Amino acid sequence: MRPVLALVVALMLAGPAFAVQPDEVLKDPSLEKRAREISAGLRCLVCQNQSIDDSDAQLAKDLRLLVRERLVAGDTNDEVENFLVQRYGEFVLLKPAFGAHTVLLWLTPALVLILGGIGAYTAMRRRPKPATASLDEEERKALENLLRRDQGA
Amino acid sequence: MVVEAGHFALALALGLSLIQFVVPLWGARANDPVLMTVAPAGALAVFACIAFAFLALTFAYLNSDFSVLNVYQNSHSAKPLIYKISGVWGNHEGSMLLWVLILALFGAVVAASRNSIPMRLQANTLAVQAAVTIAFLLFILTTSNPFTRVIPAPVEGQDLNPLLQDLGLAIHPPLLYIGYVGFSISFAFACAALIDGRIDAVWARIVRPWTLGAWAFLTLGIAMGSYWAYYELGWGGWWFWDPVENASLMPWLAGTALVHSTVVMEKRDALKVWTILLAILTFSLSLLGTFLVRSGVLTSVHSFAVDPERGTFILGILILFIGGSLALFAWRAPMLKQGGLFAPVSREGALVVNNLFLATACATVFIGTLYPLALEVLAGEKISVGAPFFNFTFLPLIVPLLLLIPLGQTLAWKRGNFLGTAQRLFAVFGISLLATMVLFAFTYGGPVAAPLGIGLGVYLVLGSLNEIVTRSWSMGTPLPVAWRKARGLPRSAWGTSIAHAGVGLTVIGIAATAWGVEALGTLKIGERLKGGDYEVRLERIIPRVEANYREDAAVLTVFSSGREIGTLETMKRLYVTRGMPTTEAGILTTGLGQVYASLGEVQADGSVGIRLYHKPLVLLIWIGALVMAAGGALSLTDRRLRIGAPARAKVAPPSAVPAE
Repeated sequence: MRPVLALVVALMLAGPAFAVQPDEVLKDPSLEKRAREISAGLRCLVCQNQSIDDSDAQLAKDLRLLVRERLVAGDTNDEVENFLVQRYGEFVLLKPAFGAHTVLLWLTPALVLILGGIGAYTAMRRRPKPATASLDEEERKALENLLRRDQGA
Repeated sequence: MVVEAGHFALALALGLSLIQFVVPLWGARANDPVLMTVAPAGALAVFACIAFAFLALTFAYLNSDFSVLNVYQNSHSAKPLIYKISGVWGNHEGSMLLWVLILALFGAVVAASRNSIPMRLQANTLAVQAAVTIAFLLFILTTSNPFTRVIPAPVEGQDLNPLLQDLGLAIHPPLLYIGYVGFSISFAFACAALIDGRIDAVWARIVRPWTLGAWAFLTLGIAMGSYWAYYELGWGGWWFWDPVENASLMPWLAGTALVHSTVVMEKRDALKVWTILLAILTFSLSLLGTFLVRSGVLTSVHSFAVDPERGTFILGILILFIGGSLALFAWRAPMLKQGGLFAPVSREGALVVNNLFLATACATVFIGTLYPLALEVLAGEKISVGAPFFNFTFLPLIVPLLLLIPLGQTLAWKRGNFLGTAQRLFAVFGISLLATMVLFAFTYGGPVAAPLGIGLGVYLVLGSLNEIVTRSWSMGTPLPVAWRKARGLPRSAWGTSIAHAGVGLTVIGIAATAWGVEALGTLKIGERLKGGDYEVRLERIIPRVEANYREDAAVLTVFSSGREIGTLETMKRLYVTRGMPTTEAGILTTGLGQVYASLGEVQADGSVGIRLYHKPLVLLIWIGALVMAAGGALSLTDRRLRIGAPARAKVAPPSAVPAE
């Protein structure tokens, strides 16, 4: 229930979902496709964890129109994103940019995997030792004698 | 009167839990069997009290007793019976009561299975379980009392949140909670082992069914929630990487790792310390999830408890239990004896890699969910971490793990042969590759992700079945003999294969979403909207008035390649009491795919906005999850039989014995 209840609340504030309106769609399908791609990565600033592509809020609609305006004006995808970041701050990006403040966020998966891998490997390597306890001097001599006798026979 | 009795029963349960915590712990230290037997008796009594309290609240809901604040806020006399019942847990106080009810239920079941668990272990386990119960009962009684009265009593209630008035949501929370809270038993067993300083394969064999059961329920709960979001929220998405979804995904990932590591521990007596740590971490993540959702820390809107008092209380519980158990671990774990040696290339080795990837995936979800909160608190900067981040980081971790599943399942214990294993899967590789290429050729120019993902899914399904086939059939074996052999395989082998095949089905379903098509349009009566091979025609709009809502229903006829295949209805509802609108999606299932339509605003000129999707194979996402849970359940039956409660052995049919 928790996950969904939360969504419920988010949606209550956002209103019943009906995101992209028919009248917003661009005529050029390739531009529209790019617009949808960009929109999916931009946060509706007044919603909880919803992209402007999914949200029904007025602000999301404004942003969708803005994205399309910039695209029609000839911006690249990156230029559109930069434009929105300048205007609204990094909060607008659902995938935060790599930087000093997000180092830990971006590197955690790799770090956990690598350190965990090293840890598991060393633990596995270290373990067999007690089983193969080395022979002391006396045992070694006895073994050598045995081997010599075997070879001699 | 019943309500007050329920309140009293809850307080009584707190007192009994205190006894259940202190006395058995003492008994185990003093080696006194009389004191130790207080544990099962206490657990049963606590369960009886909490169950009574829960029934008392349910009774108040059924009678629409609006003099109870909780009922007044979340119910309505005109609400259908089923939602009066589900309304009990459709709110903060009631859902916490359900939480402790399930906690106590698990304790009671541990108490009842006294023959299969050594007394000391049972006493310690139930004591730890009681400690968790005490904390949450205190939380309910002091900050979230569901039995508070209002004077004077209002005449009518405020109704349940309309989005919760749905069959899916009636079943979803209990399933999810059984999973969430079920891990508390693994946790309690782990702490008991640490307290006693002893752990062996018997421990693993006792703990495994609990973990497996909790895992299966959590799988069902998450799948149920996902399907609910899919059909109820009206935008056709099924997973949003929402912090609250992540809160249930984290224990699931850790629990999946735990299910696998207990296998190693049970069969080979290895990975003990790690398994204990994992059991602690899994339940800690359940507690973290409870904290995230119940405290309001997820920037306001996400919780209905925006009460700092509650947040601080749960944070306290979180710190106490996670900190306490980890301290206990740090103190006691070095004393545990390690056993079971194995080579890096072996079934154990593969399961270690499995745990490594699952733990990393879990850490990724963890950091992605909590990082924005931490950054805001520590540096005052606001960033968003949403679906694009998780897709980008989670996929590279999960795909290698999926590729490993059939290989790991085929590797021998102790020391395996990688090349030999790969050879046994030769046909599986071949067919999957062929399937990928054929699909790619047929959908040339379409999304590349779909054929690749479906190829991976096919590889998983076939790889899982291959395990059963190669274990029961070799070239020249007559089929009836092979069938007998296959039936004679342990149920856990079948369970493993089925669960892994379920993963494959889900992967296919997810991959096929790349082929989905979407269309938007404003339609007048009689007009059509086309999306891919499918088309809908708006027939009429019917206004309806029901007991607690009114709606406009749009009836659409669905055409596939020009041929009529059925009708669907999508609604825009207004729940009168709360003045809240909702959208009900209209869904027509065609095989494993679905045509999905949702209704937008009704314009002044009578035209309506319609959003139409075709989602091929989409049902496989949830069917796969059901199959996974079924695999888990099948493994459970094997376990129970082997532990051998005496009554069971008699009922076991003789045909279950392999006729080799």
